[in-house]
Amino acid sequence: MDDFTLPGLKEPVEIPKIDQGAMAHSQPFSAAPDHQIALGFPGELVDDWHDKAIAKFGEILDSQRALKVYMDACVKCGACTDKCHYFLGTGDPKNMPVARQDLMRKIFRRYFTWAGKWLPWLVGAKDLTRDVLDEWYSYFHQCSQCRRCSVYCPYGIDTAEFSMAAREIMDHIGMGQKYCNEIIGKVHDIGNNLGLPEKALGATLEDLEEDLEDETGIAVRLPLNEKGADILLITPSADFFAEPHVDGLMGYAKVFHQAGVSWTLSSKASEAANFAMFIGSHDQMGKIAERIRDAAMELGVKRIIVGECGHAWRVAYNFWDTLVGPFDFLDPNYPIPQHICEFTYDLIQKGELTFDKSANDHITPTFHDSCNVSRASRMGDMPGGQFKIPRDIIKACCNNFVDMADDTIHENTFCCGGGGGLLTDDLLELRAKGASPRMGAYDQVVKDHGVTHLVAICAICKTQFSKIMPMYGFAMDDIVGVHQLVSNALILDGQETNEENNGETVDE
Amino acid sequence: MTAAYAILFYAATLILIIGLVVKIRQYAMTPAPLKIPTTPAPTTKQGVVLRMAREVLLFQSLFRANKWIWLFGWMFHVALVLVLARHLRYFTEPVWNWVVLIQPFGIYAAFAFVVGLVALWIRRIAVERIRYITGPSDHLMLLILLGIAGSGLGMKYVAKTDIVAVKAFILGLLYFDWQPLPADPAVLIHLGLVALLMIVFPFSKLLHAPGVFFSPTRNQVDNPREIRYAPDATSNAAPGE
Ligand code: SF4
Ligand code: SF4
Repeated sequence: MDDFTLPGLKEPVEIPKIDQGAMAHSQPFSAAPDHQIALGFPGELVDDWHDKAIAKFGEILDSQRALKVYMDACVKCGACTDKCHYFLGTGDPKNMPVARQDLMRKIFRRYFTWAGKWLPWLVGAKDLTRDVLDEWYSYFHQCSQCRRCSVYCPYGIDTAEFSMAAREIMDHIGMGQKYCNEIIGKVHDIGNNLGLPEKALGATLEDLEEDLEDETGIAVRLPLNEKGADILLITPSADFFAEPHVDGLMGYAKVFHQAGVSWTLSSKASEAANFAMFIGSHDQMGKIAERIRDAAMELGVKRIIVGECGHAWRVAYNFWDTLVGPFDFLDPNYPIPQHICEFTYDLIQKGELTFDKSANDHITPTFHDSCNVSRASRMGDMPGGQFKIPRDIIKACCNNFVDMADDTIHENTFCCGGGGGLLTDDLLELRAKGASPRMGAYDQVVKDHGVTHLVAICAICKTQFSKIMPMYGFAMDDIVGVHQLVSNALILDGQETNEENNGETVDE
Repeated sequence: MTAAYAILFYAATLILIIGLVVKIRQYAMTPAPLKIPTTPAPTTKQGVVLRMAREVLLFQSLFRANKWIWLFGWMFHVALVLVLARHLRYFTEPVWNWVVLIQPFGIYAAFAFVVGLVALWIRRIAVERIRYITGPSDHLMLLILLGIAGSGLGMKYVAKTDIVAVKAFILGLLYFDWQPLPADPAVLIHLGLVALLMIVFPFSKLLHAPGVFFSPTRNQVDNPREIRYAPDATSNAAPGE
């Protein structure tokens, strides 16, 4: 599998020399016609793709101010050129954010500006050819939409907006990406990305309940489709069985149990992820979000809490209300939606959780800020709550905590390398190389402070790191979730445990 | 020559104003369908105004990104403002007091302007990554700006021009009472390039100036859970929401 060489572990990161075309071969598998058609896209590249692409491009420009402004505003200052983990990991100049934007901007200039029409050589305008299209397919699938570039750009130009739009255009001419589009299909058909049907989900949850009882001696529940519960938990489906995700799910269950709240999962909305964001389809994004709203109404819940998942939190926090709101049927006394970390943090603040920190003494954790939580959403009341809250939870249940270098955490965080719909084995080389800046920063705290584990609150990060960390000489299970640490250390109240107890709701 | 330059300036002014109005209207009328502020972002409108002020006045994001680009870029922009302010003396009669006061700073600024631009140009050529993203229009822009600065400084220090006559020409343009323009090469180059810059403004990357105010990642309030964000065509006309 390893027919590529990984960049070394360096902190501070070294800016590579430009290596033209280094990643030109990297392309994800394309979506099968069935998967395309299921989402309302053409099955394969349409004959009039050129005109269709330009028409769609124009439509997007007229409906999204961000893109409209960003096409014009870039001054080629170069501030973003060394900010993308994919450039840092591959040296391919087209992975510099501004160069990635330019793949689209040159077409924009040619077809939508006066200067590009008459003086194409002067402003770098190009015709949309098949080669350009292939280049789009390659390099707009080398952007994890992590927004790191947008933090540093003097105009806030967000390359993620470009790659979302490019993918939307490509989908509309029949050039979809297999990984994302297949998964979106599964969400519609079955309810989650993994294609786990209700029966299997129910059985899995029962098994987990047994595990929890074996571990704690207490009947901690993982309810499914329970009408009248107060809280609907929407969590990434990886939490149902993948390692280390599932340990986090058990952590949520323990916290809910200890808080004495009634809660439920839904089989209809058994997935927090919303991959439609990655393909830039507001339409699909709304449809996927809709089923969560429907599930919440059908179950009659009062609150929605979202599990550990980065982009899902962005969609939930920023987009749900706009796309499928208002959520006025929920209890306005709680944030709509609420992040599981906010929920746990509140309990900790109120002194309602008791931890045996020594249970985590074998762990010296550091925290990996996930892109979509850090740069595209918030937790708590204050800007930056998304940095403080998860760290405070970790500190509440661990004795040791170390942060990585300042320019690699908080809003400066490096992507895990697998976000934005790239978490697929056909892009393994890209994922492995793109992880190098994060791995370098991690390696540094491992060496300097004896850090043993990387903690994340994102299903994609967790999956990516369990695959990639071994390539960099770390163990597969060195990646853990915040609620996994919570689960290790939380001491449950043995006494009042009773399955029937959920009628008597103690709201925090 | 006088007539040609007079017409050139009227045309350039019209193109600049109409071009900018059209562009700004486009930016303002295009909906921003979703909340996409780059976080951590302010949670109030006042906060956004402050964030924007820090971006526009101090180039906060650029500072965090790269100290050299920030230094030269900021220097060049501040110098530009001072130089422009200094030039108000050619547009006002009697000259406003504060314009008189800043005259010496305006002169220093002209040198800072040149130093900033030259440094940026050197980076553009010397730094491999920036060279890669640089196109002909980027060089041309620097050339125009340096041409303006060079001819301006030339008039002041090398081949002194009849600045009183130039001022009369400019005031003549303003009051539609044309006065002869001294036919010094430096004056003609200086004014010609300024007119050219005004003309290309609405068609070039100079649009970053109005653009930054419309950038959703910078001008949106981070409050989607507090206030439902439900943009429609009309409520979108104003930035900041
Ligand atoms: S930082 Fe922004 S303006 Fe500068 S080159 Fe990158 S995208 Fe363009
Ligand atoms: S959004 Fe992230 S992955 Fe995409 S170009 Fe910017 S830094 Fe790179």
